[in-house]
Amino acid sequence: MSPRAACRLQLLGFTQVYDYVAGKADWLAHGLPTEGEQAQVPRAKDVLRRDAVTAFSEEPVGQVAARVAGSPYGFALVVANDGTLLGRLRKAVLDADPAARAEQVMEAGPSTIRADRPLAELAERLGSRGLRTAIITAPDGKLLGVVRRADMEAQLGGQP
Amino acid sequence: MATRIDLGQLRKLLDGGAQLVEVLPAAEYRDEHLPGAINLPLKQLDATSAAQLDQARPVVVYCWDSL
Repeated sequence: MSPRAACRLQLLGFTQVYDYVAGKADWLAHGLPTEGEQAQVPRAKDVLRRDAVTAFSEEPVGQVAARVAGSPYGFALVVANDGTLLGRLRKAVLDADPAARAEQVMEAGPSTIRADRPLAELAERLGSRGLRTAIITAPDGKLLGVVRRADMEAQLGGQP
Repeated sequence: MATRIDLGQLRKLLDGGAQLVEVLPAAEYRDEHLPGAINLPLKQLDATSAAQLDQARPVVVYCWDSL
């Protein structure tokens, strides 16, 4: 739809016309603010935490484990230099061979969700699966952070 | 053909004073839209409705997604 609108504006004499082709879906999925009647619906972005431990793929796991020990999480997320999420290091591998490189022992391609996911729906999904956290990425695969079920339930007033 | 831009380019254009236009129907705009965007639904986009835009400044249009 936006390419047709852009073309129409150009035919009407506008010379500086740009098309944000990824559109509203992309904006929302990056967890950016919006306006409108639905803008106040609680979303994953509202409880997003950026304090999860990250590691680079070539890092020794022992080094990562030390950082995880000082964090509120029992895992680390492996990212590329540009922030793209590559994998997850669970506690079991963090406690195993400290000399192993992250890429050798990480769980590749962990499940992620978008920042605009409604909080009530997300809390229910995590609860039904017994999960305490979820990873949030942008549409381009870059890590935005994590959300905790406890935070969601607090935000929703104790509703699961 | 209009220049296709990504999120990073959009932010730069907005910082520079570009006008942002959602071309989805009014109900969708009322539900949720990007901050500062005005609504010019494609079906109503003509010389009259476009007159509220400043031709001297960049205009960025968007809809839901690229599909």
